[in-house]
Parts: sequence; structure tokens; C-alpha cells
Amino acid sequence: MFFIISNDKELRVDGRAYDEFRPIKIEAGVLKRADGSAYLEVGGNKILASVYGPRESYIRRLLKPNTGVIRVRYNMAPFSVDDRKRPGPDRRSTEISKIAADALRPALMLESFPRSMVDVSIEVIEAEGGTRCAGITAAAVALADAGIPMKDIVVGCAAGKVNDQVVLDLSEKEDKEGQADVPIAMMPRTGEITLLQADGNLTEEEFEEALDLTMEGCRKISQLQHEALKARYSSE
Amino acid sequence: MIYVNEKDLVVPGELLAEDDYYSGRGTFEDDGKICSKLLGLVSLRNKKISVIPLKSKYLPKKGDVVIGKIDDVRFSMWGVDINSPYSGILPASEVFGREKKELSRVFDIGDVLFLRIVDVDEVKKVKLGLKGRGMGKFKGGVIVDIAPTKVPRLIGKKGSMINMIKDKTGCKIVVGQNGLVWVKGNEDMEQIVKNVIKLIEKEAHTSGLTDRIKNKLCLLIDGELPPEEEEEAEPEVEEEAFEDGLKKPELQDFREEVEKELAEEGFLEDEADDFEDIDDEDSDDEMFDDSEDEDTEDEDIEEFNDDSEDEEGFEDFDDELEDEESEEEDDEEAEDDKEDKSKKPKFLDTFEYINEQKKKNKSSYDFSRADNSKSPTLNISQGRGI
Repeated sequence: MFFIISNDKELRVDGRAYDEFRPIKIEAGVLKRADGSAYLEVGGNKILASVYGPRESYIRRLLKPNTGVIRVRYNMAPFSVDDRKRPGPDRRSTEISKIAADALRPALMLESFPRSMVDVSIEVIEAEGGTRCAGITAAAVALADAGIPMKDIVVGCAAGKVNDQVVLDLSEKEDKEGQADVPIAMMPRTGEITLLQADGNLTEEEFEEALDLTMEGCRKISQLQHEALKARYSSE
Repeated sequence: MIYVNEKDLVVPGELLAEDDYYSGRGTFEDDGKICSKLLGLVSLRNKKISVIPLKSKYLPKKGDVVIGKIDDVRFSMWGVDINSPYSGILPASEVFGREKKELSRVFDIGDVLFLRIVDVDEVKKVKLGLKGRGMGKFKGGVIVDIAPTKVPRLIGKKGSMINMIKDKTGCKIVVGQNGLVWVKGNEDMEQIVKNVIKLIEKEAHTSGLTDRIKNKLCLLIDGELPPEEEEEAEPEVEEEAFEDGLKKPELQDFREEVEKELAEEGFLEDEADDFEDIDDEDSDDEMFDDSEDEDTEDEDIEEFNDDSEDEEGFEDFDDELEDEESEEEDDEEAEDDKEDKSKKPKFLDTFEYINEQKKKNKSSYDFSRADNSKSPTLNISQGRGI
């Protein structure tokens, strides 16, 4: 028997269509002692995000007199990857911490909390490609759960090029063997992009296609974020 | 064009309405569209949409009463943790007057105090004071923390919830607006109160809460459900109107009227905004005062004075107390008068003072009277002046 699942584009290594996600699960409010928290699974990724604050900052020089500030710490557990990762911050996690903070900051409205600090922690418990986007997605849910005023819930999602074909949501294997990776983060209501990275070789048309795919993907994940937040309170 | 209903749960960035609606608290306007900026419940009043947060940090506001913990003792002030992004300071001068004393002998690190916010400046430095009824150090008891947004729900309409809990358990309860609650009583009762408070916090946005809590308390304490009384019908009605627990519906008509008036007079929308905010928040204050004052006045202030009998500065307290009270509502004074016999002569003075104040502030007094209810609005216009 023969099934045609999508159009002429062929299936990927794990049997997904070119515009199909790995299975996603988001849960809000999983940690009792954090002000806000979220747990996210996408494919083999397991990510826990927690938010503390707005709180008094112990680092005076970071404070801004007119608004609150956000700090993000992205950390991978030593057991999160196949070969044990050396614990502690490294070049990669420092970069992701920075871009995650930059991706979330435009959405925050911390003007009513001047001289305060919001700490976000993104802990990767298991990694399987696309952790930065998943981390941003989880952190945004945690921020909303903490009751922090925001313009929108930021959502992250990646596209890439594998076997000369632009596909959505790269897995670890596709990321390593593929030709390009384009992670983005955006505010779905207005469509503002808060993070855009690109790694690899893409033609202009392919880049446009990747961008369209991710933006469409972000809108879908955004729905899941909303559902997760609403489920937390309607169940009580 | 509106996309949500009253009491809907919304998330940040969710589109609430367009065009002829106004953006209230917890919302923002972007290109004519009104969106939520919080995770919370929608509140619709006339054409104004607000979102009431489910979780939030306490933002210190002048005049609030809070419970704080001493976390630092310096040369001339105490550092106080008030469960907020901003820590408070209690200057020694607020406690001793001009006397010089060793600070750690009076309050030491770890002591829990009931305080009033005297001032919050533009850099969010929170200055605290002890002037007021029942202010001072707590002895014994337990502290329960709840979300500051749930405080009005815990107190209930005119203190209905908190007074019911007090009556049932015989515990002394003091609620700070920063979400800390002090409970003292029989050990078992303390535990029951703690659980009940947590339950109220969890179910603050559900309906018929006061009755359910009442039944639960009766089951826990007497082992049976309360007999059906005629009186019960009344709180029930009140309750339904007040279900969301975060608004005082009785203010609504009045507010609408005023909004209309303001609109007619050509006031800007922002001004109407400000007005409502004051109204709203201060009504919480009032609810709080209603329930707290009676209960704390005797014991806690005594405790405080015991602590520091030799401090000369404390003699000023009563006088200052009077000053402060004189700005408060006459209804409340009348209540206090009945209860507090020992201070009677002073209250008579206070009445005279109030009458003078009334004459002075006549316009604002009459203005709030238009409401013609026992609503706390009275207090607000008297105390602060809108």
C-alpha cells in the first residue's frame, strides 16, 4: 500500500513531513518555590525554565533607574547529552544566555518595577537539537506564569536545510548533518522577530522559505503556550 | 469590538478589544487594539477593560500597612524585608523620637513587625513607621504568606471573611497588604487557619468561597456543618456580587456616575483612570482597617509597649495616633469609641477635630456622600483628598 503524506517533498529521517514538528508538550507552574516556571518537551529535549522576581538586585551596577532588568542563565546538565558534558558555563551556554535575554527583553514591560531584576534560568535536562528555541519558548511561559507584565509571549522555533530541502524544527541529527540552521524567536501577535541567527549556507529564496516556515511554526507553538498557561489555572 | 468576556482567563499579549473600549490596569494599547499584559482575569466596567493579575509582587504604596521582618540593623535605622522587590527602612527616629538608643536592643534581626509605609520615594526607597494603631513587634504566632493580589479576598467584603475565621478559630489574625498574614492562637487552630488561608489563596477566583470556607471551618472545629440560619441568606447575596473577590461592586454605581460626570465635564480619560485607581486600591486599605484595628489594638500595642516601656519616645505615640485617626472616617471612629473605653476622653477631642476637618473639606465630604452607602469612599476623600 502507498500513502501520499504531503506533497512532492520527501519525508525526513524520522518520518516527519518538511513542515512538521517533533511532538511538543508544555506545562506551566511546575516548580513550587519559583515565582514562575515551565517545563517543555519537544522531541528528545527536556527543558525546565524558572523565573525569580522582580526582586531586589544584589548587583548594583546592573540596575536601571527607569525599568527592571532581565538576566538569563542557560545551563546544560552534564547528563543532558550522550557524551558527558563538562559542568559549568562554557562559550556556547554563555552565548545562548545572552541571546535568550535579548530575545525575551523586547516583550517585557518592567517599567513599573524600576531598580529590580528578573532572573530566568533555563535548565536543559535532556538535549536533542533546538534547545535554544525550546529554552526561549519555555522561559516565556515561565515569565507569564510569574505574573510579569509582557507585550506578548515570545516563542522560538528553528528551520534549516537538510538534503537541499528546507525543513522545520531540526532534530539533533538533522542539525549535525544538515546544511543550515536558522533559529528565530518572535512575538506572534505583531510578528516582530526578536532573535534571528543563521548558520550554514542558504540561498536567498531558501532563507525566505525558512523564515516563512518558522514564523508559521511559531504561531502554532504559541497556541500551545497559551493552552499551557490556561490549563494551569482552569484545573484548580 | 470585544473578544473576551468578564472573568475570562487571558495571557499576556492576548487581544481583548478594539475601537470604542478603554484600556484599564493590566492592559496596554497598541495601534488601537487593547491587549492584556498579564496573566489574569478580565474585568469589564462600562467600556473599560482591566486585567486582574493572578500573581504579582507587592509594590509598596504610601499609607499601606505591611508585615516586615528585620534583616539588618545599622547605626540609625533598621533594614526591613517587606516581601517586595524593594526592601524597607525603619529609621530610628520613627521609633525613639530624638533619643539615641542602641537599636538592636529594641528590634533585632529576625523580629517581625507590623508597620505602616510612611513614604515611597522616586528611587523606590521605602520608609516605614510605627505610628498607628497596633503597630509594633509580634510575639509568637506564625506567618502565612499569600499572593498580595489575594489579600482583598482574604479580608472579604467589609472584613466578612477574616472576621468569620477569627470568630470560628479564636485566633488573632493580622493581614499585611504585602501578602503576609500573622496568626496567633491555639496551636491546632493556628494550623487550621494557615490551611484555610492557603485554601482561600488557591480558590480566590472561584465563587461562593466564603460559604464554603465557613462550612469547612465548622467541619474542622465543631465536627458538623453549621445550622442553616436566616442570617446566612444575606452574606450569600453579598458574596455573589463580590465573587471575583478583587473588586468592590458597591463602588461601581458611584464610580460610573463619577466617570460619567468627569466625561461630561470634559476631563481627559487619563484623569478618570487615576481616579479609579485611587478609589480601587484605597478601598482595600479601608477593608483592611475595618478588620484589623479592633483586633490588634489591645494586645499588640501593649506587647510593644512592654517591650520598651523605658523608651520616652513612645509617649508621643498616643498623640500622633490621634492625629492620624482624625483623618479617618467618622463611622470608624464611632465604632472605635464604643470599643475603647479607656481612650474615651481623647476620642471626644478627636471628634471635634474631625468636625473641624469636615468643615474645612466640606466639598470633598459631600462629594463622597453622594454615594450614600457605607462604602469606604468616604474615607478616601477625607483622608487623602482626590
